This record gives sequence, structure tokens and C-alpha cells, in this order.
Amino acid sequence: MAEATEPEQTPRELTMSRAMVEAIATEMRDDEEVFVMGEDVADYGGIFDSTEGLLEEFGHDRVMDVPISETSFVGAGVGAAQAGMRPIVELMFADFFGVCMDQIYNQMAKNTYMSGGAVNVPMVLMTAVGGGYNDAAQHSQTLYGTFAHLPGMKMVVPSTARDAKGLMHAAVRDDDPVVYMFHKRLMGIGWMPAPDGPKRAVPEEPYTVPFGEADVKREGSDVTVVTLGLHVHRALDAAASLVDDGIDAEVIDLRTLVPLDAETVLESVRKTGHLVVVDEDYRSFGVTGEIVASVAESDLDALEAVERVALPDVPIPYARPLEDEVLPDADDIEAAVETVVE
Amino acid sequence: MPHSTELEEMYGDMVTARHYEERLQEEYLEGKQPKFDISAGPIPGELHLAAGHEPAAVGVCQHLDDDDTVTAPHRPHHVAIAKGVDLKRMTAEIFGREAGLSGGKGGHMHLFDPDVNFACSGIIAEGCPPAVGAAMAADKRNTDAVAVSYLGEGALEQGGFLESLNLASVRDLPVVFVVEDNDWAISMPKERVTDVADGSRRADGFDMPGERVDHNDPVAVYEAAERAVGRARAGNGPSLIEVQVHRRMGHFMGDAQGYRPDEEIERLDRLDPIPRTEERLRAEGITDDRIETLRELATDRVEEAIEWAKEQPKPAPGAAHDDVFVDSPAGPAAAETGGDD
Ligand SMILES: Cc1ncc(C[n+]2csc(CCOP(=O)(O)OP(=O)(O)O)c2C)c(N)n1
Repeated sequence: MAEATEPEQTPRELTMSRAMVEAIATEMRDDEEVFVMGEDVADYGGIFDSTEGLLEEFGHDRVMDVPISETSFVGAGVGAAQAGMRPIVELMFADFFGVCMDQIYNQMAKNTYMSGGAVNVPMVLMTAVGGGYNDAAQHSQTLYGTFAHLPGMKMVVPSTARDAKGLMHAAVRDDDPVVYMFHKRLMGIGWMPAPDGPKRAVPEEPYTVPFGEADVKREGSDVTVVTLGLHVHRALDAAASLVDDGIDAEVIDLRTLVPLDAETVLESVRKTGHLVVVDEDYRSFGVTGEIVASVAESDLDALEAVERVALPDVPIPYARPLEDEVLPDADDIEAAVETVVE
Repeated sequence: MPHSTELEEMYGDMVTARHYEERLQEEYLEGKQPKFDISAGPIPGELHLAAGHEPAAVGVCQHLDDDDTVTAPHRPHHVAIAKGVDLKRMTAEIFGREAGLSGGKGGHMHLFDPDVNFACSGIIAEGCPPAVGAAMAADKRNTDAVAVSYLGEGALEQGGFLESLNLASVRDLPVVFVVEDNDWAISMPKERVTDVADGSRRADGFDMPGERVDHNDPVAVYEAAERAVGRARAGNGPSLIEVQVHRRMGHFMGDAQGYRPDEEIERLDRLDPIPRTEERLRAEGITDDRIETLRELATDRVEEAIEWAKEQPKPAPGAAHDDVFVDSPAGPAAAETGGDD
């Protein structure tokens, strides 16, 4: 992967979806081998605006609507990538992975290794994640842990428009398969209001955000809050209100799960001694356990107290009071922070 | 040909389903003014309404009893109504209330009413395999129950559907696959995703009878389903029926349908199956007064269900932790904390 080439900020603000599309369009202009396929990516522009406007510039041959046959088109992405092209394949919701998991887990992720490196799969699998809008158990998951668990796929989760653009450039140029998970709530879609955070000044020119570099979104000395995606904004809200209690929280946005920047987390915990990991995915066998384990393994003595804030191990319910009960929010993060610093 | 009581029943379910969808649309959108926010209002989340799909529901379900299983996809209300799902509890579920079919856990895409063997799933074509399983159970137990799996034409390209056809066919299972062809899968027109315009031809590849009902007419559906359900009940294996239906609304509420020509929506208005079914009723000697009464009964039933649902309490937040298992694992950790709540 190329070195980071982040230029100075310019004042133009973009939503996360516009930033993603800008990166995809640039890559498509620069490289004939880049194309997009998925359900409703052409005329509709992606259900979550992830391909909005691409059809007009590139036409139906390079922005392809495909049948509701995920095994076939995700697998076709693998094959086209192995043939040297750079497909960007959209799986409309990460929750639909079930109908095409073999192509993801057994083909896309493993072909490089099984071929002893003779084959590579330079594709991007982009997919919408997340709940909080009452879409229930089959349309609200993040599945971060499920995807990050299997070796062979890189995995990125932007939380701002600026990162969304840089991570997309990096993902398309990467020679390995990259799972690009965008949180629906962050996209800035008209019908699903986003928090204020993700819409950012985004440089006009192309740049990459390197994989494996977490971003310290807020510096603090009392506690380290590690998170990703939508919950970066929830954690920043919690940190802002914790100031009133005299607690100074550091907030780390992982940005990429594979590779994972364990070093930045460890350094922060060495400074604060207190760790809270926040994840919108299920609690068990996931991101929270992984982060805690990696810190504990490297420097058990640095850890004074730990809390995990995650979805309890239940499918995501529909009704508002039920969903609110299980999805972590800023109050849950504050409570966890208060517990560890006590 | 259905006799006149059956015609009345089918018409009654059609107008119930239509009024239901129109009222849900109102409730849904009302809570999202002035700015549309999917998570606001009395019905949050996605809402897929089936106005224009009614004939496929009533024409098939007219042949079914409570013991027969139906699986429906993400657009389920009309089928649920025709299958006899408890309308009040279904409505309470859609409004996310404690008295809902699932206590508010499922929502509109995940309705389960075991009393009438109805279930649905929001994952395309994934209701097909469980329908095959229900048919397998009936077959093994030697009952004469059948299973019906509903799906959209967009689901025909999905492995779960094609594999189910094969399994049902090779085991001669009592399943009827009912395809509701509304020409669209969200923004994708049928011709963009398949070269096989007549979906009933998929049956040929599995050596099972396939039939297409070309016009959105409950009587034609009734007749095709009579043959298919009859074959299944008699132990003569599965069938496939495709019905031309109309998507009169957006894919989901809030879909601006920029991809869809206006003329099509106007054309569908002229083809509305409800007034056309009324013509049928009149031809059978059913009076205008009677038709008016059937409409009023339907409207009252819907209004009553909605009113009842809105009066029900919301679920207690703690209920979110129940029902992961019917039999909660009682390991040492569970014992320590006093169970799973
Ligand atoms: C496996 C899977 N892929 C994609 C989707 C998203 N999706 C929901 S409805 C739909 C279109 C379905 O079209 P069709 O089956 O024709 O039914 P209709 O909506 O027209 O009634 C799609 C793509 C899904 N729910 N599941």
C-alpha cells in the first residue's frame, strides 16, 4: 500500500456518501479495470447513496445492476478480481452475507493463501451496516466480529467523510480483498438523519488513509475509549459530557479492524490505565473481547480496569424501547467510563 | 370457478388488505412530517406495502386451512390477512407493541402466527426452504397439509428458491411456490435481471407443473391454485404459480420511484384489481348494496385493529433480553446472576 498522502484540509464539506462516491469515481476515471456491481447501484444510486451519480458518468456497463443472486455476483467479483480487474461489489446490507458466505469466506478470503500467493483478489466488498432505525434482526447488524474473524480479508469502517474517501481510495488500490463497511446512519441520507460528526471538510484531490492506523479523535488522560463507526460519535458525545464530571477521556477510532492498530490502543492505555471498548456488534467473541485481550496480552500491568459496552447477545429487536435497550448509546458509554475510573 | 360465497370472502380480504395498506401508509408517513426520518413516528423502520398484490394472496389462500403453512417475504400483509393471521395482534406488532404477535421483537417483515402456520422473512427467497420443510413434516406424518411459499419475481434468481424447487420436486413434497410478479425488484426492472420473462417456466427445469396467471385477477388465481393445491394435497408433488400483480406504491414507503415511468403508475390505476373484481361480483348477481356492506365490514375491521393496536402498551425494555432461547441455558454464570434477565 502507498504511503499516506493526506493533504491539508480544504473548507468543502461532504456527506460520507458523497465522499465515497467521489473516491470511486476518481478510481474509475483513472483505471478502466475498476467497475461497480450490486443491487440497485445503477438507476437508484445505491439504497444508501453509495453509488449516487455514477451511472450518469459511467453507464450501465461499468455500474452494473445485478440480479438478487449474491452468491453469483459476489463470486463473480472474486473471479473478475483474480482475472486482474478491480471490482467494487456492493452487498446491500451486511446482514445478507448469509446467502453468499461461501464466496466471501471460502473463496475471496482464502484464495490468496490457498494458492501460496500465486493468486490475488483485488476486490472491494462494500456493505451497509448498523441499526438504530428499527429495522429489526435481519437488517440492523454490524457483524464486525464475524467479518474480522476470518483471516484473509482486510476490513475498514470509516466514521467520517474524510476517512470514507481516503479509505475508499486505499481499498480500491489494495491488492487484497477489502471489506468496506459503511454505517447507514453516517451516510447523510435524506431519510435517515445523521449525527453532526461525519459530515466533514473533504479535500478535493485524491488521498489515501492508510490501513492499520487508528485515529485518536480526542486526547485525554483518564480513560481510553476505543470504538469504531457510528459509535465514535457516541463516544465523543459521552466524552464531552464526562468533562462535567471532571473526567478526561481519550477516544480512539480504530478505522480499520484488519489490520488492527493495537499499538495506538496500548500506548493510550499505558497513559490512562483504564479501558472501555465500545462496539455496536454482539458482545461475545467480537471486537470488544479482541481489543481487551490484545492489551492484556501485551501489558497486563498497564490495565487497571476494563469495561465492554456492546450489544448483548440477542438478535436486534424491532420496537423502539427494545432496540434502545440493547444498542449502546452515549449514556451507556458514560456509565462504563465512570465504572472504570472509580 | 369459486362460488359466490367464496367470491365474497376473497373480495372481503382484498378490500381489507387494500384499506389496511392505505391506512398503514397514512400512519407511517404522518409520523415522518415535516422531514422524513425513517426511525420517527408510530411505525418506524422499513415498510413494504402490497397494494395491487391482493389477487395472489386471496386466490391461493382461499384453498388453505389453518393447518397449511404459508411463508411470505418482506411484503407480507395481504398474504397474512388472506391466511387468517390475527389482524389485531399483527397490527400491534407493526406498531411495536407488547400485545403484538412477537411482543414487538419482529416488526412488519417478521410476522409469526403459529396458530395459522404463518411466518415471514426479510431475506429474499429464504422463506422457500422452510416451506419445503413444513411440507416434509406433513409428508412424513401423512397429514394432508400443504405448504405455500410466496416470493417476488426478483427472488427467482436466488439460490434458496432454485434449490427448494429441486428438493421439493425430487421428494414429491406438497409445496406450492407462488411468485408475485410486479415487474420490479426495488429499482430493477425484470428484464434487467433475467431473460426468462415467464417465471413459471422455471418449473420446467425441475419437472414440475408451472402455470402463469397473466392478469391480476383473483378468480384466475383461484383456479390455478385449485389445481396446484389439489395436486399437493393428493400427494402428487409441488407446483409453481406465477401471478402478474401490480406494485401500486413505492418499493418501501419513502421510495421516490425516480426510476419508474409515470405512465406505468397511471396504467396500473386503470388495471386496479379491486374495481375489476367488483365487476365480477356484479356479474355473479351480487348487489351493489352487498358490495358496499363488504367494504364497510373491511374498513371497520381495519380501523378497529389499528385503534386497538395503538392503545396497547409498549414493551418493557427488559423484554429485549428474553426469547433468545425457549430454554435458557443455565450455566454457572446464569445461576450467579439469577438467570438471563
Ligand atoms: C438476500 C437479500 N438480498 C437483497 C435484499 C434486499 N431486497 C429487499 S426487497 C428486494 C427486492 C425484491 O424484489 P421482489 O422479490 O421482486 O419482491 P417485491 O419487492 O417486488 O415485492 C431486495 C433486493 C434482501 N432482503 N435479501
